Amino acid sequence: MDNTILRTEALHAYYVLDVYGKQKILKAVNEVDLAIQEDEIYGIAGESGCGKTTLLKALAAAVEPPLRVMSGRVTYRIAGEEVDVATLTPEEKRKLRLEYIAYVPQGSMSVFNPVARIKDTYRDFIESHISAGSKTEAFDLAREHLTELGLPIKILDAYPHQLSGGMRQRVTIALATLLKPRIIIGDEPTTALDVVVQRGVVQLLKDVQRKLQNTIVLVTHDMGVHANIADRIGIMYAGKIVEEAPTDKIFGAPAHPYTQYLINSLPKFGDKTPRESVPGSPPSLANLPSGCPFHPRCPHAKDICKQEMPGFTQVEPKHRVACWLVGEGEHGKAA
Amino acid sequence: MEKLLEVENLTKTFTLGSVLSRVKITAVDNVSFYIKPAEIFALAGESGCGKTTTARIIMGFEHATSGAIIHSGKKEAKNEKVWFTEGIQAIFQDPFSTFNPLRQVERYFFETIENYKLAKTKQEAIARIDAKLRLVGLSYEDLAGKYPSEFSGGQLQRISIARALLTDPQLIIADEPVSMVDASLRMSIVNLFKKLRDELGVSVLYITHDLATAYYVCDRIAIMFRGDIVEMGTVEQVLMAPKHPYTQLLRASIPEADTTRRWKEEIRLADTEQDEYLRQGCRFAGRCPRVMDICRTTPPPDFEVEGAQVACHLYADAG
Ligand SMILES: Nc1ncnc2c1ncn2[C@@H]1O[C@H](COP(=O)(O)OP(=O)(O)OP(=O)(O)O)[C@@H](O)[C@H]1O
Ligand SMILES: Nc1ncnc2c1ncn2[C@@H]1O[C@H](COP(=O)(O)OP(=O)(O)O)[C@@H](O)[C@H]1O
Ligand code: SF4
Ligand code: SF4
Ligand SMILES: [Mg+2]
Ligand SMILES: [Mg+2]
Repeated sequence: MDNTILRTEALHAYYVLDVYGKQKILKAVNEVDLAIQEDEIYGIAGESGCGKTTLLKALAAAVEPPLRVMSGRVTYRIAGEEVDVATLTPEEKRKLRLEYIAYVPQGSMSVFNPVARIKDTYRDFIESHISAGSKTEAFDLAREHLTELGLPIKILDAYPHQLSGGMRQRVTIALATLLKPRIIIGDEPTTALDVVVQRGVVQLLKDVQRKLQNTIVLVTHDMGVHANIADRIGIMYAGKIVEEAPTDKIFGAPAHPYTQYLINSLPKFGDKTPRESVPGSPPSLANLPSGCPFHPRCPHAKDICKQEMPGFTQVEPKHRVACWLVGEGEHGKAA
Repeated sequence: MEKLLEVENLTKTFTLGSVLSRVKITAVDNVSFYIKPAEIFALAGESGCGKTTTARIIMGFEHATSGAIIHSGKKEAKNEKVWFTEGIQAIFQDPFSTFNPLRQVERYFFETIENYKLAKTKQEAIARIDAKLRLVGLSYEDLAGKYPSEFSGGQLQRISIARALLTDPQLIIADEPVSMVDASLRMSIVNLFKKLRDELGVSVLYITHDLATAYYVCDRIAIMFRGDIVEMGTVEQVLMAPKHPYTQLLRASIPEADTTRRWKEEIRLADTEQDEYLRQGCRFAGRCPRVMDICRTTPPPDFEVEGAQVACHLYADAG
C-alpha cells in the first residue's frame, strides 16, 4: 500500500539572482523525486551548500524570492487527497502551517521574542490558530503539551535568554508540535548543541513522532544523529538526491562513491586508523559539472560520467542509486 | 617535562542580572592544565561550561579574575595583552563570520603580514602566503581577488587556518572549528591539525563537542562541567574508560554512526545553566545517578585514578 504523504516529482528549485545586472542561476534543487511516507523519519545528509535547506523550503511550501520553483511539483496528501502545493492560496498555506506541516528552520532558536515570556509566545501562537481559544484554555493546552513531552512547566514563566540553548531548542520543537502536525520538517535542529543536549533534542523528536505517528523530515550534518533516529536516508549531492536507502543500508552498504566517502570518513572510538575525506571541493551550483556532478572528485569516473547524468538504479527494494557504476538507471523514477 | 603553555588556577567570574537581582557566575573555576609542544589537547564539555572563556583569557581578549597563564615558561604580566601574538594564533567556530563578505580574502593575509612585519616586498609576502595555503591544500592562485562568498565553509575554515599559520605559531587555539561543517570537511580539518603537529611540531588547543574527532586526533583531553575540569587524561583513559559520572554520560550520549547502537534509555537535562553554576558541592549532583550526601555539600577534590585526574567523591579511596 502506498503511504506517501509528501511527494516531489522532478522538482527543480533555483535561486535566480541579479548580480550587477547579470542573471545568475543557482541550481540548488535539481530534479528531485521523493516519496516520503507516513509514520517515517526521513533523514537528508550532504555537504554544506549542496541544497538541503533549499529542498526543505520547497517541501514546506516556504519558497520566497530569489528562490523559485522552476518546474516539477510538491504534493501533500491531506485527508486522502493529493494536493499540489502550487495551487494553495496564501491563506490556505497559513492554515496548513503548524496544523498540518511544521517547519523548524535552521538556526531557529530565535523564534522567541527576547523580551516576552515563553508563555506569551505560546499564547500568541495559540490565539492565531485556534479562533475560539480562551486564554485559560490556551494555557491548559500548552501545559498539557509540555508535560506530555517531559518539559518543566516553569519554563512558561521564563524569558528566552534564561533558558539554555538546548532547552530553547526543545521549547521551539514543543511549540512547533503543539497542534499535532502530520509532517515536521527540521533543519539542523541539533547542530552546535553539545552532545548531551543534542541527545535530549533527539529524544524529544523521537517521542513526538512516536506519539503522533507522523512524519519527520530531518536534515543534519551529524551522521550519528541520522544513525540514531532516521528510518530512511536520502544523500544529496549538488542539488540532487544521489542515493536513498533504509538507514542500515546507507551505513552498512553504501553504493554511491560519494556516500562511501561520507561513511568511511566517520571516526570511530577505539580506532585511530587514518580516515580520508572526500577529495577536492564541492562544485558551484551556478556552474555544475557536466554529466554526473560528482565526476571531478570521483575516483571511479568513466567517460560516460562526464557526459550524462546517470538515472536511478534500484539495487534492492527501497535502495536506489544514481551512479553509472551501479547501473544504467531509469531516469527520474521515484522509489 | 617541557610545557608550551600552562594554565594555573584560572578563575573568571561574571556578574549577571539587574541591580536588584545580581548573580555571580564562576564561568571558569580554578582551572589548571598544560599543553606540551607538538601536542593536540582537547577541551570538551557542555555548552556554556567555560571553554570559550578559558580560550579568550589565554588569547588576552579577557582578563582572569585570578590565576595565571604561563607561555614557554614566562608568566603573563597582569592586565597586559601580550599573549595573542605570533606564538599563539586562533581560529573560530563560524568560518562565515570570520571574514567580512565585502572584503577580498587575501586582504586578511596581507594585513597579518603587515602587522607582524613578516615580509619586506610584495613578492616575499605572496610567497609566504602561498606556502601557508599549500599546507592546507590550497594556493595563492585559488584565492587571489576572491571574496568569501566564493568559497565553501570548509575552504574558508582551511583559509583561516592558513592565515593563522602565517606567523609560524607554536600554538593554535581552535574554538569549535568543526561544529558548522559536514562530516567529510571535519575530517579534512582535523587531519590538517594532525599534519601540523606531526610535520611542523605545532600544538593545538582543540575546543570541541565532537568527541569522536577528539579521540581520533588528540593526545590528551580535559572534560569541563560548569566551570570545572572534572576529568583529564589521555584520550584513551578519558574516552575509552571514563571515570567521572558526567564523562560517562557524555560518552554515552555521542551518537555513533552505527544503527545497531541506538540510544535506549532516556536522560535528564538541566533546565537552566544558572541553577547548576550556583550549586554548592558537586555541580553535577542534581543529575548524577550516583550522587551521595557529601556531594551536595562539599565540592569534590581531584583524585588520581588509573593515571587520569578525576574530580568526584566516588574516588575518595582510590587516591
Ligand atoms: N537566499 C539565498 N540567495 C542566494 N543564494 C542562496 C540563498 N540561500 C542559499 N543560497 C545558495 O544556495 C546553495 C544551497 O544552499 P542551502 O542553504 O540549501 O545549502 P545546505 O545544503 O542547507 O547547506 P548547509 O549544510 O551549510 O546548511 C548555496 O550555494 C547557497 O549559497
Ligand atoms: N561576557 C560575559 N558576560 C556574562 N557572562 C558570560 C560572558 N561570557 C560568558 N559568560 C557566561 O559564562 C559561562 C561560560 O561561557 P563560555 O565560556 O562561553 O562557555 P562555552 O564556550 O564552554 O560554551 C556561560 O554561563 C556564559 O553565559
Ligand atoms: S556516475 Fe561516475 S562519476 Fe558519478 S559517482 Fe558514479 S562512477 Fe563516479
Ligand atoms: S561528586 Fe558525587 S554528584 Fe559529583 S559526580 Fe561524583 S558522585 Fe556524582
Ligand atoms: Mg542548511
Ligand atoms: Mg564556546
